[in-house]
Amino acid sequence: MEPIIIEGTPKTPTVKFDSAEGVFEIKGRSIPENSVEFYKPLVDWLDSYKEAPLIKTVVNIRLEYFNTSSSKCILDVFKKLEAIHKAKNEVEVNWYYEEDDEDMLEAGEDYESIIRVPFKMIEIVE
Amino acid sequence: MSFKIENYISNQPSGNVILFYKGNVDSDVINNVLDTVEEKMVEVNEQSKLRKKVYNVLVESLQNLYHHVDRVPEDFEDQTAERYGLLVVEKVEGGYRIITGNFVHAENIEKLEEKIKRINRSSHEEIKELYKFILNHQRISAKGGGGLGLVDIARKTGNKLEYEFRKYNDKYSFFYLDILVTEDI
Repeated sequence: MEPIIIEGTPKTPTVKFDSAEGVFEIKGRSIPENSVEFYKPLVDWLDSYKEAPLIKTVVNIRLEYFNTSSSKCILDVFKKLEAIHKAKNEVEVNWYYEEDDEDMLEAGEDYESIIRVPFKMIEIVE
Repeated sequence: MSFKIENYISNQPSGNVILFYKGNVDSDVINNVLDTVEEKMVEVNEQSKLRKKVYNVLVESLQNLYHHVDRVPEDFEDQTAERYGLLVVEKVEGGYRIITGNFVHAENIEKLEEKIKRINRSSHEEIKELYKFILNHQRISAKGGGGLGLVDIARKTGNKLEYEFRKYNDKYSFFYLDILVTEDI
């Protein structure tokens, strides 16, 4: 599978989905007006990856900001990962948040309570 | 008829207005507003926790306008704007005040007001649960909104949503939303 590599912009995150390494990363700001347009290719890609995933997949989410319309799309990404995990593959989500950013920590906890995949909350200390 | 939208803001801003905008709310306007307000907050060394909250609330307020505003009345002074909105950002003691305004069709008022009232009578814990419920159960609408904007604003600010509908004519009202973002929640 071709990896997905997308450079970040002020409104959309940097994305690196590498199926050879099994490491997926979403980083930066995710505040587009049309988030479905941005996330649909990622969700479709995960749908294909789901067919033959690595034994272990690590997902790093390191967002500075995201809007509520992205929040639904990010949930769709997690739902694909949940399906991979359910099919007896190891999936680990690392949710990064800056030390004073309780809102970002809470957002991670929201997903953790909805999605049945192990989450690790990682505080970034500057 | 002269309807100066800025004249009907209750508690008129005091002079510490860092941004005033009225007109079409498109993607470029949103970018410019976000950049401007972020720069101004960095300039005055606002602590990052408050900066992030203000930024988040601004994103949601602007995108609410972008996704949900109704068309302007036929006799309104500005007919060029497809999505007409008002935005005021004011520095106040302990935080920032963000005021948005937009036209709402008379038939959409009740639904919007019911939504705000539901949020305002909920505790912080209930708002958190409401957010998670909508996140998990509601699809993104045809207009592109997730139905989460106001809930998110209430959750992040911890404050009640102040609002007012000012009647423009029988078909339209102008809706003001007055959001206070403070440091210590």
